Amino acid sequence: MILTSVTDRSKYSNVWVVAEFLSDKIQPVTYELVGAARKLADKRSSKVWVVAMGSGISQQVGSLFAYGADKVIVVDDSRLSGFIDELEADVLARLIGKYNPEIVLYAATARGRALAPRVAVITNCGLTADCTGLDIDPENGDLLQTRPAFGGNIMATIRSSNHRPQMATVRPRVMRALEPDPDRTGEVIHETVEMSDMLKIKRIIDVFHSDETTVNLGDAEIIISGGRGMKGPEGFELLRKFAAKVGGAVGASRAAVDAGWIPYSHQVGQTGQTVQTKVYIACGISGQIQHLVGMQSCDFIIAIDKNPDTPMMQLADIAIVGDVFEIIPEIMNELSKM
Amino acid sequence: MKIVVCIKQVPATNEAKIDPETKRIIREGLNSILNPFDTYAIEEGVRIREKFGGEVIAISMGPEKAIEVLREALSLGVDKAILLSDKEFAGSDTWATSYALAKAIEKIGDVDLVICGKQAIDGDTAQVGPGIAAHLGWVQATYVMKVEDIQDGSIKVRRMREDGYDICEMNFPAVITVLKDINTPRIPSLKRRLAARQAQIPVWKPADIGADTDKIGLDGSPTRVVKTAPPPAKKNVAKRIEGTPKECAEALVRELRMRSII
Repeated sequence: MILTSVTDRSKYSNVWVVAEFLSDKIQPVTYELVGAARKLADKRSSKVWVVAMGSGISQQVGSLFAYGADKVIVVDDSRLSGFIDELEADVLARLIGKYNPEIVLYAATARGRALAPRVAVITNCGLTADCTGLDIDPENGDLLQTRPAFGGNIMATIRSSNHRPQMATVRPRVMRALEPDPDRTGEVIHETVEMSDMLKIKRIIDVFHSDETTVNLGDAEIIISGGRGMKGPEGFELLRKFAAKVGGAVGASRAAVDAGWIPYSHQVGQTGQTVQTKVYIACGISGQIQHLVGMQSCDFIIAIDKNPDTPMMQLADIAIVGDVFEIIPEIMNELSKM
Repeated sequence: MKIVVCIKQVPATNEAKIDPETKRIIREGLNSILNPFDTYAIEEGVRIREKFGGEVIAISMGPEKAIEVLREALSLGVDKAILLSDKEFAGSDTWATSYALAKAIEKIGDVDLVICGKQAIDGDTAQVGPGIAAHLGWVQATYVMKVEDIQDGSIKVRRMREDGYDICEMNFPAVITVLKDINTPRIPSLKRRLAARQAQIPVWKPADIGADTDKIGLDGSPTRVVKTAPPPAKKNVAKRIEGTPKECAEALVRELRMRSII
């Protein structure tokens, strides 16, 4: 194995973000990653580069500078329209070999979580999934990557001292984008796709956009979320009515999803979606840490539970002690009066 | 068709409790289970074999105790099981784990399809499946919610994405990672369970799979865990509301209005 020695490390610089596109539209998580990359690059006195791979995307990359990017590598090719894991991994590995970034950040989306491990193996690099904290070790400049481990019961800090670049994935809505500065500008570099044999053996036949497969909790302002305390699918019917009343979306803990009371697409937490809504109402959710890491950045958290001592009831801004099945109808009554 | 299913024994993390004194996980009495996502991988492998013929082989890397999950896989219908176990494998991160599994798949030989669960519930990384594909130089499809079709040396799958799904077709050999949506795993029969208990399960060491010892275990792992800590401290000034359901509801709505939330 090629161990990158300390003297070699000087040849690697800059913090890269792999831009996230869905149907060739840039996704907000890209700006969040650029915000995180900006802080890291400033500590390393280096630059933020974004790699944008897709089809017909060239016009969209200008906004990246406003959010903190210094350079954008654009790989705009019709063959990059659908997600061909192997092709994107090859393109990225080649660019990494050419420009030697020190750090590469990916979105921990379906695409990013398929792409990043492939690139990590090809480039012989360490990769840390779903980081919730990124920092620079002031002593040696290593990237310190913090993530929930062991089902979220502990936080682990991980480093990859002997390999460059250091790679991490970050879930949407974990980092915050910087305030855009419309006067900021930067440089665009164009790169191309080299012919790949992979295209002969893999094809995207069709793409379906559906509201049913993924409930995009990130777009909601209010989430009404239920856990084991909802006792069954009927409990979630009550939450659906409550959510309809307040114009919110329905979320769920892993326990409720595992019990089959509500589809996985509603799951909030480390293995579900991360949310940063204005209001989060946790109903009968005890608050396993794996759930808390997915919702603790919400602005205002309300918990309703019989047990006043659960982690969720401690975390909440308002903790209502009582029976969810009695209290929720009363809240809906009160709201009807307004 | 020759299918390999990669499985993992994991601690039942859902049951984990933190010792309030030491802030560490209380490991005593914590059960080891077959990673829940892997039961769907096993079931899908068995279903494909039932439809198209061939054999399904389950492999796992872990301590000797991990033989338990291989027996479970046998009871669920796989034909053979192989354990990768040796002190040289210990401490492997996802890079080194996927390397070792890829070497074992090469050793098995003539494999058409590798199936993994979406991720393991202890690490939650989802990195080993694509890592195996990359080490082997094979195509991959992750977050697979349905196998649409298999014919003429190719597989067509439905992959979940944030805004829906796509249909992706690829030639064998290939690696797929599957979601819970893909099937409903069967319950093993008593007969199968008894047979699984008796089965001989070979244990492969690094030399058996021709693994480069610089690429396995802690030495072969690019990442290092340097620190573990309890999760971030919680806010502890929750405003508590108690009383009759009606009183609680009134108090909550009042609070929300005062804060201009509604």
